[in-house]
Amino acid sequence: MTLQTTDTAILQEPTFAVRMARMLWADKFALCAAIFLITVLILAIVGPSWLGDLATKQNLRGRNAAPFEWERGWVWWMGADALGRPLFARIIVATQNTLMVAAGAVAISAIVGTTLGLIAGFSSERVNQVIMRLADVIMSFPSLLIAVIVLYVLGSSILNLMLVLSITRIPVYLRTTRAEVLEIRERMFVQAARVMGASSKRILFRHILPVVLPTLTTLATLDFAYVMLAESALSFLGIGIQPPEITWGLMISQGRQYLTNAWWLSFWPGLAIILTTMSLNLLSNWMRIALDPVQRWRLEMKGRKNG
Amino acid sequence: MADHLLEVRNLSVEFHTVMGVVKAVRNISYHLDRGETLAILGESGSGKSVSSSAIMNLIDMPPGRISSGEILLDGVDLLTMPTHKRREVNGRRIAMIFQDPLSHLNPVYTVGWQIREALTTHGTGNTEAQAEALRLLTRVGIPDPEKSLDKYPHEFSGGQRQRVMIAMALALRPDLLIADEPTTALDVTVQAEVLALLEELQQETGMAVLIITHDLGVVAEIADRVVVMEKGELVEAGTVRDVYKNPQHPYTRKLIAAAPGKGKMHSPAARGAPVLSVRDVRKHYGSFEALKGISFDLMPGETMAVVGESGSGKSTLARILLRLDEPDSGSALWKGRDLFQLSPAELYKLRRDLQMVFQDPTQSLNPRMTVYQLISEAWVIHPDILPKAKWRERVAELLVQVGLGPEHMGRYPHQFSGGQRQRIAIARALALEPQLIICDEAVSALDVSVQAQVIALLDKLRKDMGIAFIFIAHDLPVVRDFADHVMVMQKGNVVELGTVREVFEAPRQDYTRALLAAGLDPDPDVQAANRAARLECAS
Repeated sequence: MTLQTTDTAILQEPTFAVRMARMLWADKFALCAAIFLITVLILAIVGPSWLGDLATKQNLRGRNAAPFEWERGWVWWMGADALGRPLFARIIVATQNTLMVAAGAVAISAIVGTTLGLIAGFSSERVNQVIMRLADVIMSFPSLLIAVIVLYVLGSSILNLMLVLSITRIPVYLRTTRAEVLEIRERMFVQAARVMGASSKRILFRHILPVVLPTLTTLATLDFAYVMLAESALSFLGIGIQPPEITWGLMISQGRQYLTNAWWLSFWPGLAIILTTMSLNLLSNWMRIALDPVQRWRLEMKGRKNG
Repeated sequence: MADHLLEVRNLSVEFHTVMGVVKAVRNISYHLDRGETLAILGESGSGKSVSSSAIMNLIDMPPGRISSGEILLDGVDLLTMPTHKRREVNGRRIAMIFQDPLSHLNPVYTVGWQIREALTTHGTGNTEAQAEALRLLTRVGIPDPEKSLDKYPHEFSGGQRQRVMIAMALALRPDLLIADEPTTALDVTVQAEVLALLEELQQETGMAVLIITHDLGVVAEIADRVVVMEKGELVEAGTVRDVYKNPQHPYTRKLIAAAPGKGKMHSPAARGAPVLSVRDVRKHYGSFEALKGISFDLMPGETMAVVGESGSGKSTLARILLRLDEPDSGSALWKGRDLFQLSPAELYKLRRDLQMVFQDPTQSLNPRMTVYQLISEAWVIHPDILPKAKWRERVAELLVQVGLGPEHMGRYPHQFSGGQRQRIAIARALALEPQLIICDEAVSALDVSVQAQVIALLDKLRKDMGIAFIFIAHDLPVVRDFADHVMVMQKGNVVELGTVREVFEAPRQDYTRALLAAGLDPDPDVQAANRAARLECAS
């Protein structure tokens, strides 16, 4: 990327950052998504220290208090849970744990899966076979079962939870990456690089990975939602995050028994999950176009028309 | 006026894209009679296929829109016809064959099924359709037609698939056959056969043929009249002979001048020590022998053309010389060292000397890298060639050398035309200061006029910098002006090897003669003479 910046600078064009900002401005959906995600990120950082006490203080008189009672404080606007704790505050406090587990699990599985996939697609037949059979083993194991066993043995902590959730998702990235690498490495520009004497490392990271990356980011954002829900399932079984720690997934499963008379207990955290994954999806979609020189004009054209 | 079978009047077609309205075809008119062959000649992007798509109702609307004009078939306007009647016309009265028969035949059905389908959808009974399909396959010259009915498209060769497509198109005895680049994907000898078949069938059925092509040779071979298109406009029309002998429009003149095979042939200088000497290279894939013992010498600063049809092993040879594939046996001495025995470290050094330019620049340039990144990658890999501070200056120099400008540095490959992309690929090869460049069909994917420019560029580089070239092509005329020596390959063997003059003027082998005779000459008179010679050969 550093190369690119110097390039554009010398041609008296706007720098890379300015160009990206302009393209983000051109796609209003992606812009909203970016703003939302930044807000969520800030809340995740400051949330627990800011509202931590309020979110755990029980108030049995306000059990399952209904939402939209504007005369009470803003933390009560989304109602209260079965122990009378304000939902709004709890969602904000839960952001940190949720994002940590989800982002951590997705990042670990994506990095490990992609690396193994690149190796499998680019090295000898034997290495390829070993890696692929390993992936088959993981795939054929019920993921919840692995999670239960591992967490039971190691004890549940946020780190262990991340590891367990990521292990079950590794094959997804691995298989996608390998399939794409097998196709791309036969393309002419890879052959051309080889004729120039480029090392395998350079071919993998400079020529193949950039082409695979857009597919993988899309996959990762979809996985984000899956991981959040899987984590709630584990919490429900009593081996995931345990109260008084909270996550959005845990809040949903806690609210499940009250669904008939207090829908808001599960609804608000569910909405938070939906909005977060949707924003990620929109943003990754925008990124796929913005980083692809062949597609980029779509965003640049739009920006000009609007400006 | 209604006497014409097909008449296109003032047709304009535009496409609405994000970049604005693109007028693909502007106000063109032409007509076609029964039993006549009209060629539409144009380079890529000239809009030559758009008007035929309009005739077949194949334009997607939107984004396409026919903004004016009419298309009369026997005096009835196709454009205002109701949809169900229009469908009756397609297939029954107008049929079409395409450039790449493999992608236009459904891979999951047998060939017999597909021909029968064409018949039964237009109301023929099943048993009759079966008999008719058999008759058609026999007629287009498919060997063992009864068994072939139950074969799938991938089991046929390219030429046979095109014959199957022709059989399908002819199933309903159309009045008009539209052939969109029907022989572009085929070998020269096969091309001649397919064109001859088309002509025979035309005489038999009296249908009209509209042939769309970029190749002057095809026009000279088969067409009665020709219209020339440039950038959506019809610039010239007339009989083939008139247009060739007496072109009016500057664009037509440029096209005719660009046709290869008219310049002076090289006469290679006296022999010195060869820079590359290849001895008895063999390679097989499974039981298929791709190379059956190839030997040749290449002098410094000389061009060796390797010519052969698909499957002759010429690309395998290139890949082996560059060590993209390993040979089974043989040796290739480069300045006294055997290329095939080099260790990876030595090979890495050698990459500087040997470079390759690939067939399709669209695929051989990484779409995510700028021109600067593409060319300077050579120096990232071989850092000892040039200090980083001078990269920008040298890239600019190389771009100028291949006929582009320094301002192109920050752009991406998709922002260039095919010919410009190939120039970038050449600049990239030059960045390593090689002594030998292997060009694998480097100009085959380009338009004729661009082809001539790229070949001229390569020839200039050879003269100025003393680079030796191995130039692989499937077409003999292309290499005539450029090569010093020509090596003709067939099925993994060297059939003929000699100086360009020897091969072109006094070919010793039948295969070389067949290749030369099958090549289509843009001059209709020469082509007529060629055809007579070919018929004589055959009889």
